[in-house]
Amino acid sequence: MTASAPIAAPGSASAASAVAFRRLSEGSFLPVIIVVGALIAIWYGFTVYLNTPWQIDTYQRAGTTWTATDLIRDTMAQERPVLPAPHQVVAELWKTTMEVRPTSNRSLLKHAWITLSSTLLGFAIGTTLGILLAVGIVHNRAMDKSVMPWVIASQTIPILAVAPMIIVVLNAVGLSGLLPKALISTYLSFFPVVVGMVKGFRSPETIQLDLMRTYNASGAQTFFKLRWPAALPFLFTSMKVAVAISLVGAIVGELPTGAVAGLGARLLAGSYYGQTVQIWAALFMAAALAAILVALVGLAQRLVMARMGARP
Amino acid sequence: MPEDGPPPMKDMAPTVVSARKLGLNFQTNDGPVQALSDVDLVIGKGEFVSFIGPSGCGKTTLLRIIADLEKPTAGEIRINGLTPEQARKTRAYGYVFQAAGLFPWRTIEKNIALPLEIMGYSAEEQRRRVARTLELVNLTGFERKFPWQLSGGMQQRASIARALSFDADLLLMDEPFGALDEIVRDHLNEQLLQLWARTNKTICFVTHSIPEAVYLSTRIVVMSPRPGRVTDVIESTLPHERPLDIRDTPEFLAIAHRVREGLRAGHSDE
Repeated sequence: MTASAPIAAPGSASAASAVAFRRLSEGSFLPVIIVVGALIAIWYGFTVYLNTPWQIDTYQRAGTTWTATDLIRDTMAQERPVLPAPHQVVAELWKTTMEVRPTSNRSLLKHAWITLSSTLLGFAIGTTLGILLAVGIVHNRAMDKSVMPWVIASQTIPILAVAPMIIVVLNAVGLSGLLPKALISTYLSFFPVVVGMVKGFRSPETIQLDLMRTYNASGAQTFFKLRWPAALPFLFTSMKVAVAISLVGAIVGELPTGAVAGLGARLLAGSYYGQTVQIWAALFMAAALAAILVALVGLAQRLVMARMGARP
Repeated sequence: MPEDGPPPMKDMAPTVVSARKLGLNFQTNDGPVQALSDVDLVIGKGEFVSFIGPSGCGKTTLLRIIADLEKPTAGEIRINGLTPEQARKTRAYGYVFQAAGLFPWRTIEKNIALPLEIMGYSAEEQRRRVARTLELVNLTGFERKFPWQLSGGMQQRASIARALSFDADLLLMDEPFGALDEIVRDHLNEQLLQLWARTNKTICFVTHSIPEAVYLSTRIVVMSPRPGRVTDVIESTLPHERPLDIRDTPEFLAIAHRVREGLRAGHSDE
């Protein structure tokens, strides 16, 4: 719609709704809704199925008579279900984000923020480290031969095994709080950036490199005018992976430390006390956070690529 | 000899490229390959020299040696009296590759300004030169377009503008129109001749098209493979002024015939 079109002309409502409907059926919105609906239905099915044994047990102990309707209703309203119903998780999310102060220890937003801050710090360090390593690998033969195997080896070690040691060692040298957790994020997130950027820095064609040589361009000029811009699409793709696993790293970093706050601590506390609803709420918060972070990187990618003349 | 006296006789023109007993061997897994052997060549200022021959005859290799993109393993070569490396460092030549090789993230004007940025021209001077070279290749009005918005022929013209922008006297062109269709190619050949006439540059032009070589050149160097060598050098008798239909004249056909004979001779002695 052009800027000159009236904002709300009378009689345009039906036209607008027709347009909205067409967009709905043409775009990905409708298929997404159908898939989500199906998943929720399956989830409810499993809720009833998995929570039934305990519920029947309870009925028998109390000696109550029950109908199928009772059973279905009660399996979806247990306090510590094997699998909580979707609406229980939503209610828990609502309660812990909207009905408590964000500064309270019961606020999921506070925990999410704590995890987010170490995710972002770790992601920033990891991306920087990854880019620097890639620059070294591309420009230095010795680094090319020696660093890459170690980079790959670092990722074959299960992070759950390394995380407690990193935390303990860093605590021993007086580092605690945000940084140790962030470093676990860094440990995971630098890897896709190294791999992506090595490929990106090597992506210019031979004739483009030859061209720079015919201009007698310096190494720095070739890097900043050719290799760096050519590598940017690779950087954003790697950063999407890196930001998601940074979040995983931050959560994992909170598990072994007995951290009192953060989504990882929330998961751990939930599993100690059998608070499955709390666990699922924390999981959904983590998933939403990851989705938002990946979307933000994607947005930055679109803005930068548009400035660099990418085809619309 | 004075640079700016009356135009010197052709064979008295100052030498731009001189090669003596030039050779290059590549080491491959199947043993050494003689890409170029015993090439003697002198190119004078203002000449338009075409190198023609089948694949593997070393014509591109020769151009790349002139540009210091390959090192010869035998013989000697001088560009303006300098070694290729010294010549490259004085930015003595502009190079046009087979593909346009424009940077996709730069607009056309930014692509043409690339060598100027690297060579440290002022922003004002860059603007002036970009405008002038765009006019030379008939691309005025396309400054703000990105490469993908231009046709293949226009992209190649932009890459020629890029090679012209810093005013090197020597233009090295490696099959610049090889990937374009016949009609676009004819058009660009005609424009290239006009450009050569206006700028008085020395042009080394690699091609495998006989009509293109005959139409464009003042001299045609016929080469043959295994080992890559020069088999014939043909001085063109065509006038400087060359409309496209000169290609139907008996004179043109006679030169084309001689080029074809040269190519065939190179092939038959395998």
